[in-house]
Amino acid sequence: MDKNQESLFVRLIPFFERYGILLLILIMIAVLHLLQPDVFLSWRNVTNIFKQVSWQSMLALGVFMVIVTAGIDLSVGSIIMLSLMGLAIASKAGMPWYVVMLVAPAIGFLCGMFNGIGITLLRMPHPFIMTLGTLYIFRGIGNLISGGVPITGFAEQIRVIGNGKIKLDAFFGEGAREYIPTSLILMIVIFFIFWVFLNHTRIGKWIYAIGGNPGAARAAGINVDRILIIVYTLCGFLAGIGGLILAGRTNSAYPNAGLQSELDAIAAVIIGGASFFGGRGTVLGVFAGVMIMGILRNGLNLMNVSVFWQQVLIGSIIILAVYIDVLRRQLATRT
Amino acid sequence: MSDQLVLEAKSVSKFFGTITALENVNLQLNKGEVLGVVGDNGAGKSTLMKVLSGLYKPSEGSLFFDKEKVTLSSPRDSQNLGLEMVYQDLALAGNLPIGDNIFLGREPTRKVGPFNFLDHKKRKQLTEEHLAKLKINVKSADQKVEELSGGQRQAVAIARATAFNAKIVLMDEPTAALAVKEVGKVLDLILNLKKLGVSVIVISHRMDDIFTVCDRVMALFQGTNFAESELKNTSRDEVIGWIMGKKD
Repeated sequence: MDKNQESLFVRLIPFFERYGILLLILIMIAVLHLLQPDVFLSWRNVTNIFKQVSWQSMLALGVFMVIVTAGIDLSVGSIIMLSLMGLAIASKAGMPWYVVMLVAPAIGFLCGMFNGIGITLLRMPHPFIMTLGTLYIFRGIGNLISGGVPITGFAEQIRVIGNGKIKLDAFFGEGAREYIPTSLILMIVIFFIFWVFLNHTRIGKWIYAIGGNPGAARAAGINVDRILIIVYTLCGFLAGIGGLILAGRTNSAYPNAGLQSELDAIAAVIIGGASFFGGRGTVLGVFAGVMIMGILRNGLNLMNVSVFWQQVLIGSIIILAVYIDVLRRQLATRT
Repeated sequence: MSDQLVLEAKSVSKFFGTITALENVNLQLNKGEVLGVVGDNGAGKSTLMKVLSGLYKPSEGSLFFDKEKVTLSSPRDSQNLGLEMVYQDLALAGNLPIGDNIFLGREPTRKVGPFNFLDHKKRKQLTEEHLAKLKINVKSADQKVEELSGGQRQAVAIARATAFNAKIVLMDEPTAALAVKEVGKVLDLILNLKKLGVSVIVISHRMDDIFTVCDRVMALFQGTNFAESELKNTSRDEVIGWIMGKKD
C-alpha cells in the first residue's frame, strides 16, 4: 500500500473505533428506508423498535459490565423470568401497585447478589459455571412458584412502564398520534446513569481495572471480590428492571419469558465492541449493539424474511463484527 | 551515616514449615541511599523484600522504620509508613491510561452533592507533574499502558510507587524484562529518585545495574548475610564470587 494512503487510513482508525458503529447504524437505517420507504421510518415503527429493545437493553447493559470484568452472566434470561413471575404473584396476591413495582428489581438484585457471592466467596473456577447453574435454578424456581402457567393482568401503573405513551400534542396538535414510549425514556435515563457510574466514579474505574489485570487491581488495594459482587448484583438488578418493563409491555408473566435472551444480550455487547476478555467497551457501544440487533430484526420482519434467516444473519453479524475488530487490532499494532 | 537510618531489619528469620528461607538477616538502609541486594536463586532476596513490605510476617527478629520498631500485618501498613514495592510482574492494567494506573485505588475525586466523582482534570495534572518530576518522557498521560514499551511500563510502575511521597522504594529485578537500550532509562530513573532523597533497594542479577546505581551492595547466601561492602571498596568479580558463596 502507498505510504501516504496507509497513514491516512491509520489516522482514521481512532475515528472508526469510536464512531464506526454509529456509522453502521446509519447505513442500516438508510438501506431499510430505501427498501421500505413508507413503513420503516414511520413514527409507529420507530417507537415499536424502541419498545422492543427497551427490556433487552437492560440485560445487555448488565451483561456488559460483567463482561468488562472478564466475566460472564448466563442467568439474566432466567432472572428476568423469575422477577416477572414474582411480580405477577405479588400482583395476584392483591398487593398495592407500588409494592408490586419494587418486587421485580428486588428479586433481580437478590439473584445477582447470589451469583456474585457464589463466584467470589465459593471460589467457583469461572463465572460461566456459577451462572450456568443459576440459569437452571432461577427458571426452575420461577416455574415452581407460578405452577408453570402464565399469569395475566397487571395494574395500570405497572403497564405504563413498558407500554406507556407520552403524548406529543403540544408539538403535533390536539389528538396527534405521535408519542414517545415511556420505556424509551426509562432506557435513556438508566443508560445515562450507568455511563456516569462507569466513567466518572472510582468503582467504575476499578471495574475496568479488574478486567485489564485483576492482579494489578489487588496490588492497588482494591477489594476485587467486593467489586465483583457489586457488578453481578447490578447485573441482576438491571435484569429485574427488564422484567418490570416486560411485565408492562406484555401484561403477562409466562414460563418462556426471556428464554435465550442472555445470548441476545451477549451478542449485543460483542457487536457493540466490548472485548470478551475484559477491560474494553463503552456504554454507547452497548446501546449501539442493542439497536443494531433491534433494527435488524425489525427490518427483516418488515420484509417478511423468515425467522430462520434472521438467525443466520444475526450469527453472521456477530462473527463479522468480531473479525473486523481483529483486523483493526492487527493494523493498529503494525504501526 | 547511621543517624539517617530510614529502615532497619534486625536478625530477621523466616521459616516455612521446616524450610529456613532467612536466618538472622540484618539490613540497614539510609536516607537517599541505593542498596543493591544480590544472591543466587533461592538465596532469600525476594523473601526478605516480602518481609520488609509486610507481605510476610517475620518468624523472628524485628523491623524498624525511622528507628521505631514496627509490626507490619499487610503491605498497606508499610505503604502508610512510606514504603512502596515495584513488583516484578509490574502490576499495571494495560487497558487503562498511564494516569489511571498511577492513581489506581487512590484516584483524586471531587464532591458533587452527596456523590464523589473522579476528578479527571486533577488526575491528569498530577500525572503530568509527577512524570515531569521524575523526567519520564511519554507522548501523553492519556496513553494506554499496553501501547508502551517495556522500559516505559517499568517507568510507569516506578512512578506509581512514588506518586504518594514514598520514602523507600523496593524494586525486584527492575531491568530483567527490558530491551538493552531501555535498561539505561530505568537506571537513570533510579538515580533520579536518589537525588529526590528517596531510598531504594534494588534486587538484581545484573552487575551493570548494581555498579551503575548502587552506593552499597549486600549479598545473601542460603538465607544468611554473606558479605556487604560500600560499592567503591569492591569489584564485580568479588560480588560475583559472593553470589556463588566464595569469599577470600
